[in-house]
Parts: sequence; C-alpha cells; structure tokens
Amino acid sequence: MNMKIAVASGKGGTGKTMVATSLALSLIETNQVKLLDCDVEAPNAHLFLHPTFTQEIPAVIRIPKIDPERCTLCGQCVEVCQFHALAKVGKTIMVFPQLCHGCGSCTWNCPEGAIEEIPNPIGVIEKGTTISGIDFTHGKLTLSEPMATPIIRQLKKLEKSSNGTITVIDSPPGASCSVVETVRGVDFVILVTEPTPFGLHDLKQMLGILEDMRIRYGVVINREGIGNAELDRYLEQKGIPILMRIPFDKEIARGIAAGKPLVVIDPNYHEKFKDMYQKINQIIDKSDGRS
Amino acid sequence: MTQQRAKQLVILSGKGGTGKTSLSAAFAYESTHAGMNYKTFFVDADVDAANLSLVLEAQVAEQHEFWGSSQAEIDVQKCTGCGSCESVCRYDAIFPHSEIPGVNWIDPIACDGCAACVYACPEDAISMIPQQEGFWYRSETPYGKFFHAELFPGRENSGKLVTLIKQNARLAADDQSVQLIVIDGPPGIGCPVISACAGTDLGLIVAEPGQAGMHDLQRVLGTLRHFRIPTVICINKADLYPQGTKEIYEFAETQGIEVVGEIPFDESIPLSMLQGVPIQVLYPESPAARAIHKIWHQTVNKLFQYEKQNV
Repeated sequence: MNMKIAVASGKGGTGKTMVATSLALSLIETNQVKLLDCDVEAPNAHLFLHPTFTQEIPAVIRIPKIDPERCTLCGQCVEVCQFHALAKVGKTIMVFPQLCHGCGSCTWNCPEGAIEEIPNPIGVIEKGTTISGIDFTHGKLTLSEPMATPIIRQLKKLEKSSNGTITVIDSPPGASCSVVETVRGVDFVILVTEPTPFGLHDLKQMLGILEDMRIRYGVVINREGIGNAELDRYLEQKGIPILMRIPFDKEIARGIAAGKPLVVIDPNYHEKFKDMYQKINQIIDKSDGRS
Repeated sequence: MTQQRAKQLVILSGKGGTGKTSLSAAFAYESTHAGMNYKTFFVDADVDAANLSLVLEAQVAEQHEFWGSSQAEIDVQKCTGCGSCESVCRYDAIFPHSEIPGVNWIDPIACDGCAACVYACPEDAISMIPQQEGFWYRSETPYGKFFHAELFPGRENSGKLVTLIKQNARLAADDQSVQLIVIDGPPGIGCPVISACAGTDLGLIVAEPGQAGMHDLQRVLGTLRHFRIPTVICINKADLYPQGTKEIYEFAETQGIEVVGEIPFDESIPLSMLQGVPIQVLYPESPAARAIHKIWHQTVNKLFQYEKQNV
C-alpha cells in the first residue's frame, strides 16, 4: 500500500519542514520514502536533507501562440479567456503569459485553428536522492512569476509511487489554492501549529479546507511553552488527535537554524516520529472501519 | 505646499513565521507614540492567514463581500454524460456524479474557473457561477484605520483581494492626508506577494538567521528587485543563531542593502500576542520593544528620504 502524508500549517514558520524532513529520515530506516517539497515559493527541505540532484525538469505553463497568417482577429479567444490573458490591440492579439493559466480554452475555441500552445517556463523541478536513500523532489518558482499552483500540479503528477512507498509532502504556508493543490489526494495531513493566537487562527483555516475535502488529519504542537492553553482546549473540544508535542527549546531553534534535522539535534525523535507514523496508521484504519 | 501621496511600506519575509505581523503591530504603536507621529493606515495583505487584526484591537467599521472568480456547474437536467467536458478539463475536476448515473459533476475544489468545459459542452449544460470568496473590512484601531480581509479557506489567492484592500486604503489615505501606509505582507514570493509589493515605496524584509531564513531572504529580495522597490532588512531573533545573523550582515553588504536593526529573541513578543496588543503596550522597556523603536526610526527616515529610483 502506498501512503501519502502532507505536512501543512496555515501559519508560516511553525515547523512544517522540520517535521516533514525528520519524519522522512525516521521512516527511511524501514521503508521506501519519497519527499516532495511543494512549497515552491520558498522551498527549504533540501537545506536539511542535502539531496544530490540528478534531474532538472522545466516547470511550464502552456501558453497560446497565435499564427498571424491564420488569425482573422475575430476575438473569440479573447472572449473565452476567463483570465484576461489575451487582448485585441489594434491588428494583433496580445498574449500576457503571466496571466495565462494554461487551460487551453483559447486553442480549442479558435475557429481558424490559428493557436498553438508553447511551453512557458515558470520554474524548475529538481529530482535527486539523499545519502540516506530518500527520493527527493522539489519545485522552484522563478522569481517574479506569480503562479505557484501549476508547478505543484506538475510536481505531483510526476510522482508515480511504486508499491509500499511512503510519500511525505511539505506544503506551502497559508490556506489558499496552492495548499489545496498540495493536499489533494493525500491520505493524511499533519498540521503543525504553535500554541499562540496566530497559530490557532490559521489552523482553523486549514481545518475548514480539510473538512471540505474530507481528508483525515492530526496536529503536531510545536514550540510548546511559548503560548497558552487555548489550542489544547480547542483540540480537545473538537476531538482532534494530537500526534506529537515539541517543546520550545533554544537548542532546537539553533540546530534548525544551522540546517540540522530535528532527529539529528535530538536522536530520541527517531522513535517519536516512528510512533507518530503508527498513530497516523491507526487513525486511518479506525476511520476506514478496519479496527 | 501640494499634498503628498501617502508613502507605502511593505513588510515581507519570504519564509513564514519570521515576525512580520508582530513587527507591523509594533510599527502601528510607533506611528502614534514615537515622538514624531505619522498619520498611518494599515493593511493586512496576508489574506489567507490574516492575523494582524488579532493584535491591533481592531473594531470592524465596514464589511464588504469579495466576489472573485467563477466556477463551472453542470445542470444535471441537461447533461447527457457525453464526456466532452472531461476531455478538455486540465484540472482533473470532472467526475461521474455520485448519485445520478450517466451525469457528470464538477468538483468545486479542483475547478480552476477556466470555462473550457462551458464551451465544449454540446448541450449547453454548463454555466459559470460567480463565487463569493471572502470578505474585506475597514476597521478602526487605536493607531489608525485598518484595511484587511478574510479569504474563505482554500480559495484562489490570486492577489485580487490584496489589490482591492490596498486600493481602498490608498483612496481613503488620499482623502484624509495620510502620510504612511504599512502593509503586512504574506509569506512566499508568488501572486499575493507581487500584489502586496505593487506600487510600494520601500520594502522591509524581516529576516531570520539560519539557512532556511537566508535562502528565502534571497528569493524575496530578488522579487523586490525585479519590481525595482528599494529595500532594507531587519533581523529578528538575531541572538538565537549569531552565525546566521553575521551571514545576513555579510550578504546585505555584498548587495548594498542596509540592515536597519536587529531584534533579539524576546518572550515579550509572544506574550503580547496572547494579550492581543502590540509589544510596547505591555512591555515598553523590553529588549525587543527598544530594538523595534530604533528600526522604526531608521525605516521612516529611509522612506521619507527616498524618492523612487532604480535600484
């Protein structure tokens, strides 16, 4: 059986990458593990896992290219485009690549067959392996390109897991479309938060998404000790499982800043992450009615 | 003297959780308490994880609906299940209806709103339904008017909502001779960040020492440069990892960017967040509050001395 686990948070900087990388490092001892860093705007997992990249794939949106010989300036393409990526200006149709979603609608709707689609690079996808054997893939959005979601979609489509693989997916922060694309189709989401008003507020945003999408989840409380008991009260009241608690500790903060995985800073976490994985399996089995 | 337009300061970080919002709130306090006061408005441009209202004692004065993009919906009476829609959808959003056999259904979560299916449907069974994607608000705070929003969870953060609240702040600022607009930006470098940056006079990057912090600092700086926005850096939690702080100074120097100050790790910041106020309200003498006071002065000096120029 394959298992896909995404690590998300709502609020930024709560420790998603810390949890994702150490979960991968703990599971690789006994499993085949893939790590997918979908935070394409600010990808950081490679700084902790140091993969050797062996493959670079351009991340593209297919944008329209109009053949001026065939184009009759009928304006049908401008009409069908929902994103204002095409405009009729004088005697040409202009294309605005940064507004194009690559949906293909203009191509299909051109009565003259005057539109072909050409790849417009918006970033890169890099694949490699870490020393410990983790199959590593991440995407990087090119600076000044606005759209992260198409890279995430391409990144996830590339990943055809072989049987028995555990895929750990590092999600972007926030609770908008790029996070939805990241968690689509996963078996479980680990929500990493901190016990502060910001952490709780943004966690609730994520819960809204996961309830809508009917994806199972549990919470990791990071930096326990800096906030208050509001988060715990909320989780208890809602019956949301707590998967792990990580105390606020300057040693951990320093180690993470230096690029050390949590399981290297404190090797006791190996067992804790393995236990967490067991807990996640139990939650999934229980909700599937297998226990 | 002709009336000057308000200067716009955008606070960014690349990496999440470096302290943008706590700093924005502290700047709100500084704008009314730092000796030379600036009439300032505030914008929370992090619309899908909007937290600034939690620390500005905001009282909502106006609430407006935000209608964003449209989504495709199939009329089950007209659908023949021919599959033309599915063949053009590049978002894997079209599935067989779970209850009605022979009919298709569009997953609203996956639909990108491109309308390709609408044009592909031979039965005219698909139409685009406008979606309310959130609310935006004008609020009153003890520090000045505050423009913020709430994007419904999972909706497209296209930057449109960010642009909308910035425009409203701008219009109100013109009417009321406001000198400064402080924009609390989102993490990352994508669409909402670009919208948050557009038209601003100065970017302040809140950097965090460490490898991830440095990596994301470089990405957000590159983005600000692309849009030719003058930029300064401040370093938060500077004492947690002094080597990283040193590296940020070195990097800033090679880039010709000024570091306007550093904030030590200080529990007064989360403690004031718990009380829902800027740090200076409860801990005016804390090390972080003192550091922020200096950063505020450096930043506004820079802002009011800079004329927009190529960088």
